[in-house]
Amino acid sequence: MELEEGEICALLGENGSGKSTLVKMMYGLVKPDDGKMIFRSKDYTPTNPNEARSAGIAMVFQHFSLFDALTVAENIALGMSDHLSFSTLSKNIEEKGKAYGLALNPDNLVGSLSAGERQRVEIIRCLLQNPKILIMDEPTSVLTPQEADILFEALKNLAEEGTTILYISHKLEEIKELCTKATILRAGKVVATCNPEEKSARQLAEMMVGTSIGAPKRTGEVRSHEGTPLFQVKDIEKDASSSFGTGLQKISFEVWQGEVFGIGGIAGNGQDELMEVLSGEALPQKGSILLDGKDLARLNPNERRKRGLLFAPEQRVGHAAAGEMNLIENSYLTAADRKALSKYGIINWSKTTSFSKEIICHFDVRTPGSENLAQSLSGGNLQKFVIGREILQNPEVLIVNQPTWGVDAAAAASIRQKLMDLADQGAVVVVISQDIDELLEVSDYISVLSGGRLSRERHVKGLSREDIGLMMGASQELALEA
Amino acid sequence: MLVFERRRQPSKFWTTITPVLAVVLTMIVGGIMFALLGKNPMEAIRTIFWSPLFDPNLSAYARPQILVKAAPLVLIAIGLSIGFKANIWNIGAEGQYIMGAIFGGGVALALYPLEAWWIFPLMILSGILGGILWAMLPALLKIKFRTNEILVSLMLVYVSEHFLASVSLGLLRNPDGIGFPGSRNLQQYASASNGELFTGTGIHLGVIAAFVSIFALYGLIKFHRIGFQVRVTGQSERISRFAGVNPNLMVIFCLATGGGLAGLAGIFELSGPTGQLSIDFNVGYGFTAIIVAFLGRLNPFGMALAALLMALTYIGGELAQFMLNLPAAAIQALQGMLLFILLSMDFLSQYRIKIRKLA
Repeated sequence: MELEEGEICALLGENGSGKSTLVKMMYGLVKPDDGKMIFRSKDYTPTNPNEARSAGIAMVFQHFSLFDALTVAENIALGMSDHLSFSTLSKNIEEKGKAYGLALNPDNLVGSLSAGERQRVEIIRCLLQNPKILIMDEPTSVLTPQEADILFEALKNLAEEGTTILYISHKLEEIKELCTKATILRAGKVVATCNPEEKSARQLAEMMVGTSIGAPKRTGEVRSHEGTPLFQVKDIEKDASSSFGTGLQKISFEVWQGEVFGIGGIAGNGQDELMEVLSGEALPQKGSILLDGKDLARLNPNERRKRGLLFAPEQRVGHAAAGEMNLIENSYLTAADRKALSKYGIINWSKTTSFSKEIICHFDVRTPGSENLAQSLSGGNLQKFVIGREILQNPEVLIVNQPTWGVDAAAAASIRQKLMDLADQGAVVVVISQDIDELLEVSDYISVLSGGRLSRERHVKGLSREDIGLMMGASQELALEA
Repeated sequence: MLVFERRRQPSKFWTTITPVLAVVLTMIVGGIMFALLGKNPMEAIRTIFWSPLFDPNLSAYARPQILVKAAPLVLIAIGLSIGFKANIWNIGAEGQYIMGAIFGGGVALALYPLEAWWIFPLMILSGILGGILWAMLPALLKIKFRTNEILVSLMLVYVSEHFLASVSLGLLRNPDGIGFPGSRNLQQYASASNGELFTGTGIHLGVIAAFVSIFALYGLIKFHRIGFQVRVTGQSERISRFAGVNPNLMVIFCLATGGGLAGLAGIFELSGPTGQLSIDFNVGYGFTAIIVAFLGRLNPFGMALAALLMALTYIGGELAQFMLNLPAAAIQALQGMLLFILLSMDFLSQYRIKIRKLA
């Protein structure tokens, strides 16, 4: 593949298609077995990130490497190879920030910043070294649409000044908006290069997957609240579960049978706390959770499961599944009671094994066998397994946090379809997600969790991305007034 | 350049082979240590690892003795392994062992000289209870005040040793003992004695209990929901809460089984081989059992083998002490080496070593 000066090029591909490996080579983290890179008509073989940076290639990672307890300037100083005085550095940070519309106060503690601001720290850190190529790995996954717009503006400015930007993302719409070129990888090979503006998102996705994929569809008609709600959450209050979390304030919502209720908002605004309270991993200080009129708010997760309330948390390994256990054991993990996999505490392993095979088969989990450890599966496959494990227990209510986070397009489409099918069969599905497109696609009603408060719900019909962005802002204003 | 690459799944081959390699390596390093002490290393290693098993003059006595020594190690290690699987670190089995003996022995001494069939079962139950109660101190402190169970359980070992000294010199001292410290000898009290099952072997009920405990642990971990929850808890606290495990109950369960089995080992030992509560009643089984648990990879059958191996080093070590004049500390160093070498070799089952040319 080739990159030209001042272009914004998208690198597209499913999980495991080789995007990360490719950019890691450019950044000196991985060495190629064969072949070469030529950078400004010279052979370019970085052996470590320092060499890559001094040659002019910088990278902003998906996961930030910042210290919460240090200030912005201190964090940036840690990543710099040449040593400047703090006052010069602070001045440089402010100048760069102003130049690209990425304002930052160098003296603020990183722990107090939003995800968008943290990302700015990472970007400014790169920009201070005047890179020729800037690699960005899934930069918008943590941003609100408004924050993303600011970022795009900054990136476009940079490109105009001659910086080349290599942009990795799963979000095809934003690639169409931002990028002038797209290189598509499939199974470790470049399969196409195109102008994303001329292609539809569907066409791009199909080039990535190599087959055609259909948009998820509801078979049932869009519901409008009828009769009494099956699932009600009333005035839930809970303290933040960590010092960087957000407490919940009077969360209430109702969902009727056959509905998908979407909860948007950026992670860290009470999403984890809400999930914990709904699943019973933590108990709320106040409020009730009613399923069919019965309050479950004081019950532990297993008691809730017995009554039909099931969950799929965001973090797959270490929360939804035990990485060092195999898929059979992971099937038993949440399905023990509803699938009657044990009697008087004695586990029926053959019954559990056939249940795990049922999940693998119905949800197209790609694995050599159910004896494989959960951690040996790719993220997308493990997520299909986790969602499948809950859906095949026939839940009355299923609560999913970030169902397709870090999952490739084909797997994401199939997971969304399964969630919608579940609602069509008369269950309640609650989807907590940062991905606005996903919420618009699967939900009947959407509300936004921001600063620990839940906005008023809106019917999805006629709702746009921008509306949701405004809902995020609106609930923050509510919080300020209070 | 050597490169270490983390394996996605731990290697089965290396997991099985490393304990054997660790024993061999311990023999070599131990041999060097004995040589530095001025002993013939070959002879020392042979005396410790070979003579108790195969020397025609010694093996008839030494073989059953290995089982007798291994029994308390197995019982304690089985109990500890449950906690270790759940990341609950009871390091104080030695203290729970002592308290088991004091509780069980106390019951017997209080009833002396009454003879009745129910005395022995009652002693066993009180022994278990003593171990459990002593283990509940770190458990409750951990639940209530988030104290570290490693420190609390370990510190309580020293408390229990002082308690043992106090009762052997005071409350439970033999009134007919003409002033000598130590209790009555339970071997001379028929209802309280845990006698030999086969004449001349020294094998007592504790050996049978150890066998039973091996299979009980296997069944619990493999086929019971509680065993599954123990393993899940060992994966992470978050996932165990997600799986509906009550973390406080898990702490109590793990410390109770560890303490209960240590107490059981204590009362079997007191009513059997030792016979008498005295200042030097405990000989470190509670600590050696930790080595046994890890050497056996927390697997019930692995721990049984490891306990036999450690028992062998005890018996062989005693032999080496009086035959070759090796200091007792050298034997303890050898046992410590074994754990250290095994744990460092665990690296092999987690990582793959690759040789890569420098660019």
